[in-house]
Amino acid sequence: MELFFEFFSFQDASIISVVIGSILLTSSSAVVGTFTFLKKKALLGDAVAHAVLPGICLAFILSGTKNPLILIIGAFITGWLSLITIDFIGSRTKLKEDTAIALVLSVFFGVGILMLTSIQHSGNAAQTGLDSFLFGNAAALIGTDLIVFAFVSLVLFGVVSLLFKEMKILAFDPSFAQVIGLPVKTLELVLTSITVLAVVTGIQAVGVVLMAAMLITPAAAARFWTQNVLHMTLIAGVLGAFSGLAGAFVSYSAPTMPTGPWIVMVISIIALISFFLAPKRGILSRNLQQRSLRHLIMDENLLKELYHIGEKDNTPFKERSIAAIMRERFFPEGQLKSGLIRLKRKGFLVNKDGRWKFTQLGYEKGQRMVKLHRLWELYLSEYLKIAPDHVHEDAETIEHVITPELEARLEKMLAFPETDPHEKKIPY
Amino acid sequence: MDAFYIIATASLFAISCSILGAFLILRKMAMVGDAISHAVLPGIVIAFLFTGSRDSITMIIGAGILGVFTTFLIEFFHRRARLQADAAIGVTFTWLFALGVIMVSLFAGQIDIDQDCVLYGEIAYVPLDLWISESGINFGPRALYVASGILIINLIFLFIGYKQLYITTFDPQYAATIGVGVTLWNYLLMGSVSMTTVAAFESVGAILIVALMVVPSACAYLLTQRLEQMILLGVLISIFISVVGYYLAAMIDGSIAGGIVTVSGCLFLMILLTQVLKKRGAKTTVSSPENLG
Repeated sequence: MELFFEFFSFQDASIISVVIGSILLTSSSAVVGTFTFLKKKALLGDAVAHAVLPGICLAFILSGTKNPLILIIGAFITGWLSLITIDFIGSRTKLKEDTAIALVLSVFFGVGILMLTSIQHSGNAAQTGLDSFLFGNAAALIGTDLIVFAFVSLVLFGVVSLLFKEMKILAFDPSFAQVIGLPVKTLELVLTSITVLAVVTGIQAVGVVLMAAMLITPAAAARFWTQNVLHMTLIAGVLGAFSGLAGAFVSYSAPTMPTGPWIVMVISIIALISFFLAPKRGILSRNLQQRSLRHLIMDENLLKELYHIGEKDNTPFKERSIAAIMRERFFPEGQLKSGLIRLKRKGFLVNKDGRWKFTQLGYEKGQRMVKLHRLWELYLSEYLKIAPDHVHEDAETIEHVITPELEARLEKMLAFPETDPHEKKIPY
Repeated sequence: MDAFYIIATASLFAISCSILGAFLILRKMAMVGDAISHAVLPGIVIAFLFTGSRDSITMIIGAGILGVFTTFLIEFFHRRARLQADAAIGVTFTWLFALGVIMVSLFAGQIDIDQDCVLYGEIAYVPLDLWISESGINFGPRALYVASGILIINLIFLFIGYKQLYITTFDPQYAATIGVGVTLWNYLLMGSVSMTTVAAFESVGAILIVALMVVPSACAYLLTQRLEQMILLGVLISIFISVVGYYLAAMIDGSIAGGIVTVSGCLFLMILLTQVLKKRGAKTTVSSPENLG
């Protein structure tokens, strides 16, 4: 706890620089990741992330230093090369894209590991810390490293905000972008370049192994809270920044701990919460919506069947037993009972000694359902020329969603008909 | 003798991986295989903490369950949360892998795996971990037995399920019509992938396993049209890359698993380029005027 306050009071200058650095890195990659996510290229980010490792090692072998600028250039080159290779394999052979991605990802990473282990065993003193690129080390974000990585993040923010509208169109409808005269090829190139660059900057804080998560997870989480691309990009950026802050804290409180996994853990938990609890799109709210729809259909069907029974013996307000309802149409017993109780609560039915009868309100609603069902059957057979024995199923589904406006139009169009195709009376 | 043990272990694991990889490629599930190989890490650590050793059946079973759970989770996010498929894969495995790495660093003192092992394994130590019976007879490296055992299980799986795997891979609708459980065989395959990953994990690490699954089979797929030949070729390539990769790694003093993967990458590149050049050559001969005339 003490550590917590110590960290968040930002007394120490090095804490401030690590915090600023991590936030910039993670939020810029989250913002760029939004577009790779929307283009459904999320896994390409994974390939690029793994493919920068040989670039870093090669840059180190050739230059002999850990100058961040040189390492970034090396990483950028192999990251790009991996994308070109995936594209080449996918378009020139019968191998599918997923195989190409898995192949390039693991081979580039394998080559990187071979180089890295070879460097480590060579006894070169300058190499210490090179392996922190594997799982990230936010604490190393000081001095020149900070300036270089922060600068690249700012470039990423700049490119995205300048080309926001074009990127949006490209992500959703490339052919439309082509038609309205956008330079699609150039834009694709820019998007790919900033994706590679985003991966390259993120590796200092997150590491190559888990960098893909910074492109995918914030965007995936943000998608559950909004329909608007601008909002989604901003939310992804904020979530990314928050996880970056968490990563910086971990790095501060436990310097030997790799930061990448913690950053990914934080953002993943946010994403999982979003998947389940987000309003409208979350799993929970989706289930609730489905349940209330199921209940609505059940209730309306029950009222309809009660009306049918009353129609047969001409006594609509007589009490009916559950068995009588079941004889008219089979319902699973539990659902039937809970449906009846719901209808009673809403004032459509009354219950007397385990038998059920309509209230006036319930009768009118049941009548309306039957009317809608029969009107639709008649509409299908008269206007769409569907055989009368094929119209019932369709009417059974649509009767629950016909609006009063549509109801009025149907009545007018069919001129308030007397009977449906099965010669049953349509009640008004 | 050490070299022989290492190469033999690597070959046996690579053969198991390439057999499974052939089906992953044909089912367009290579990235799901990648996801599983990452996601079993927390299972391995948990099993480690419970049993205190790495060569236990519990570990293989535990991580196998986790692998199947990963497949289920990806499906669940995709179906129930309507998350697009690629993001569902990406989110699931990075999360589980991050969890695994955190556990590895938290319990560093209690378990015998470290981050390096997670990434590229320690196949060089295979000859050191010997199986010595109570009466003192030396049976050779333990990993060699694990690798053989896994290969035997995979071969049995292949012989029993070849027909079913074949149909569910190429024509899932037909398979469903004649009563072969598509979902069941999918989960069985994923179970085998997880089991093999766990077994090969300490030798080659989580990420390079993907290379062993995908690359030999992808090479073979470029060379042949028939599934039997593809599997057979994949096996031969697996042995080849294990031998050459070992000596490459020894030459530049790097990770052996990394060396094997590098060689496989070079082999794939060679096959790819010859294929593309041959295709181009074939095209020019057809369209050249002399042939048309």
